[in-house]
Amino acid sequence: MAGDNDADRLKARDLIREIKRAGIRFIVALPDRTTSENVLKAMIKDPDFQVVQVCKEDEGVSICSGLYAAGHRSLLLMQYTGLLDSINAVRGVAVQGKNPVCMMVGMLQKEPGVPPTESKRYGLRIIEPILDAMQIEHHNIEAPGTEDKVVPAVERAYAELMPVAMLIGREPV
Amino acid sequence: MMKRDEMLKVLARHRTDEIVVAVYKAAQDWIHIAPSDLNYTFTGAMGQGSSHALGLALGRPDKRVVVLDGDGSLLMNLGSLVTIANAAPKNFVHCVCENGTYETNGAVPIPTHSGFTFTGLAREAGYANTYTFDNLEDWDRNLDTLLKEDGPILVDLKVEPGEDYPENFPRLYSTEHRDRFRKVLAES
Repeated sequence: MAGDNDADRLKARDLIREIKRAGIRFIVALPDRTTSENVLKAMIKDPDFQVVQVCKEDEGVSICSGLYAAGHRSLLLMQYTGLLDSINAVRGVAVQGKNPVCMMVGMLQKEPGVPPTESKRYGLRIIEPILDAMQIEHHNIEAPGTEDKVVPAVERAYAELMPVAMLIGREPV
Repeated sequence: MMKRDEMLKVLARHRTDEIVVAVYKAAQDWIHIAPSDLNYTFTGAMGQGSSHALGLALGRPDKRVVVLDGDGSLLMNLGSLVTIANAAPKNFVHCVCENGTYETNGAVPIPTHSGFTFTGLAREAGYANTYTFDNLEDWDRNLDTLLKEDGPILVDLKVEPGEDYPENFPRLYSTEHRDRFRKVLAES
């Protein structure tokens, strides 16, 4: 069972460090309650990042694709509800268009330590099966140390020209 | 009202090294009228042209990006006007080919009975400037200036179907052409 002490929680600074190590400088974002306070707000203040705030998540899928065509790496930060809302853009732009859209998805109100497929919340339970059906690689990032998945996930997305979803299971501190 | 292909031929005459992002009917015409490795038609889903273009404009601020959007397409992604205005790319020219219909999907009219204008929406969103053209002479006369102006600019182009160019969706969404676009852009 995941603990409530900060020592047992994923650190926002570690997550941000890994995002930078992945070569990402453009952040395309809609506020997500899991990451807004400690990740997105920190990125907005960080001169290493250019944050593009969007009105709807499907815009972000396409902005990231345009940035890829222009030679840049980017990260789309959004809530799982935004991912669900963007399915057609993810399908057509990212998967069929072979664009390395890297998505960091906040799993709002997921129970700590519980796999998304075992959540009591319907909206969370369906995320991984949908990603599997769309043949989109996904990774769960929640416990300290799981931020190590970011760099290989991003590298693989750009090498294979495919999207990837990194599911943030609990608010980083 | 301008014939769309004639309007595009004017743009082709004035084009120098701009990236042109085109969607649906404008894209089908454009790839025949102005073939270029800097044509970006790989938008993947309806409504997404302006957002792809924003990514290109932010990623390459040294290159001017011209979007040939559709009215039905832009209605599907109206929030992009606010996103673009907020990002404020100076190299962004957002042309809306306004034909009043979802032409690709059977020419059903778009819902415009409220009487809004795309230029009005863009101004309210915060675009730097807007224009409307309904004849080729004015379009031709103003285009050079407009292409050099600081953006984001929205240009409402009143068009109707002209010559019928063959549809080629596989070409529009070809990842091989996208990879070539990427290579040529990197070298330019």
